[in-house]
Amino acid sequence: MTVDISASPLIAIEGLRVLFHGDDGRTTHAVDSIDLSVAHGTTLGIVGESGCGKSVTSLAIMGLLAKQSTEISGAIRFDGFDLLHAPDQMLRDLRGNRLAMIFQEPMTSLNPSLTIGEQIIETILRHRGGSRRQARERAIALLRRVHIASPERRIDDYPHKLSGGMRQRVMIAIALACDPKLLIADEPTTALDVTLQAQIMDLMRELKADSGAAIILITHDLGVVADICDEVAVMYAGEIVERAAVGDLFTSPQHPYTVGLLGSIPRLDRRTSHLATIDGMVPNMTRPPSGCRFAARCPFAEDACSMTRPGLAEVSTAHWSRCLRAPLERLVS
Amino acid sequence: MTALLEADHLVKHFVAERSLFGRPTAHVKAVDGVSFSVNAGETLAIVGESGCGKSTVSRLVLRLIEPDAGQLRFEGRDLLGFDANQLRAFRREAQIIFQDPYASLNPRMTVGQILTEPLKLHDLVPQAERPERVADLLRLVGLEPRFARRYPHEFSGGQRQRIAIARALAVEPKLIICDEPVSALDVSIRSQILNLLRDLQDRLGLAYIFVSHDLAVVKHIADRIAVMNLGVIVETARTQALFTAPRHPYTRALLSAIPVPRPQARRSRILLSGEMPSALDPPPGCRFHTRCPHTIDRCRIEIPELVADADGHATACHRTAELPPADAVVPLDDGPSPVLEKLFAAFGGAREASAPTGVGTVSASFRE
Repeated sequence: MTVDISASPLIAIEGLRVLFHGDDGRTTHAVDSIDLSVAHGTTLGIVGESGCGKSVTSLAIMGLLAKQSTEISGAIRFDGFDLLHAPDQMLRDLRGNRLAMIFQEPMTSLNPSLTIGEQIIETILRHRGGSRRQARERAIALLRRVHIASPERRIDDYPHKLSGGMRQRVMIAIALACDPKLLIADEPTTALDVTLQAQIMDLMRELKADSGAAIILITHDLGVVADICDEVAVMYAGEIVERAAVGDLFTSPQHPYTVGLLGSIPRLDRRTSHLATIDGMVPNMTRPPSGCRFAARCPFAEDACSMTRPGLAEVSTAHWSRCLRAPLERLVS
Repeated sequence: MTALLEADHLVKHFVAERSLFGRPTAHVKAVDGVSFSVNAGETLAIVGESGCGKSTVSRLVLRLIEPDAGQLRFEGRDLLGFDANQLRAFRREAQIIFQDPYASLNPRMTVGQILTEPLKLHDLVPQAERPERVADLLRLVGLEPRFARRYPHEFSGGQRQRIAIARALAVEPKLIICDEPVSALDVSIRSQILNLLRDLQDRLGLAYIFVSHDLAVVKHIADRIAVMNLGVIVETARTQALFTAPRHPYTRALLSAIPVPRPQARRSRILLSGEMPSALDPPPGCRFHTRCPHTIDRCRIEIPELVADADGHATACHRTAELPPADAVVPLDDGPSPVLEKLFAAFGGAREASAPTGVGTVSASFRE
């Protein structure tokens, strides 16, 4: 099965599986047979709730999972490199350079004992070389690009002097320091207030337009996805359950889990008496169910659902769903 | 009719810095003259961004911290004048649910002990009947009575929040303060808790003060909304009025910043520039003037009063009358297709509304 959206995607993930071997001898199936690809200059959103494996997927791409207890299989091809089998030296050259990441917590992901300037300059010198003065100039230009006022003065501030929104801008400036081809943003606005979130989303949109970088945006917020992404992959219990262009996903979701998620968001345009709820709990990932992993919580499940594990099938053009009962329209008409 | 709870010009300043000799040299003006009222069975939401003072208000209302100035009345009685015994009795009438369900339950107590404690403290139920009451409470919030023997760590975030709600309900309060009760929860779990809070309100006639930063959630649950910025209320109105015709520039900016799950939605965006000023040193005049797109000279000098119109829609802005009407800050479209509505209907809703067994007896005893 191919999920390519263009002839040569920037990054192609095939059959990615991540298993965590715990101390107690139990194995957690964090991510299971993920196929994804992102073309140059496009934005893919990965949505799902806590524990669905979305962050583990991003850490696997970056090569940031602990080697001792983790078993990774499959393939991640990025710009001609095989990331899963690349030597550490090569990964270090790629990370922060062509491959960059923004984390959720701007409070904890900056080094509190270095000025923000030093942290940006460090990245530039490591990957680009050149003189310190040039690097400092570039750092100031980067801070200006992420709309930090008076960057010439701010560059010598320590992180604790900055507000949450400004710290997240600094994180973005570090990520952009070497013009990455792929930017992974893991819940970049979750820790921020709505008005700051709007500013950061605007900044991301602007960067997407003028840098041409591809973005993988990991979030639990479907509103953020609708705002900025071209394509969406919905994850549940370690699997991609639905993948589609953003418009199709929101107007005609084809997996019951996506339907439940969309229905559970309070609506701004009208008052509904009851929100949709997804009853039950996420399956225990040390013993994932053999059939459809959502079957136990699905109002449309039938006997076959808990026996056979559905594949990700194309329901309509470029719209994939991992559901035996798709297309869903026929269930309610 | 007397309001259940009335707050009148509440003020709370925290000391942020002291001199060498312990004299306060700087204050955080967390709450600076806030007035509102809540009627029985009604939900008032207090919304605003981090540091606006909304959580301080929720603690002041319960007298978990003491205000520096202002008046609080509960059912017409002066709450600030209560002595220790009266205060204890008041805590039976008003309860609080906190944001973090992981931190607000004692990990060393079983759920049964957690729920029995308020019954014991207020001597509400004879000892022999307490296990039965605990079982009723668990059923009321949609949990199974056998969970009483388990410890908090055995539950998910959503279940823990249900336990926290059951604990608040144990004393049969009239008012519950909900301080960001769903912000730590996943979307699908969040909707369960919101539905539960609404069901309980309908059944038991509870009043809520719902403190939140999330306007979509607030829209779903509140009857009236007060928007706070830097320690003051800038706008208060009935929910429908606030969302259809927001008047204060800050409210409009907040509403326009909510990401909506609709890719094609057309809407006007109001991006605030600049950072939120510090509550240590709030700007003179209108506290929003540094970020407001409509600032005039008067805003920098004169503090705007919260002025209500005939419908009770109040705004604290010098330019309320002259600002153009808000243009599509909340996007409008046709909403989900009929097919999608039917698919939504298959999820929950109906099941949550059907009362689990045992609820009838509890709500009966709640009303005695």
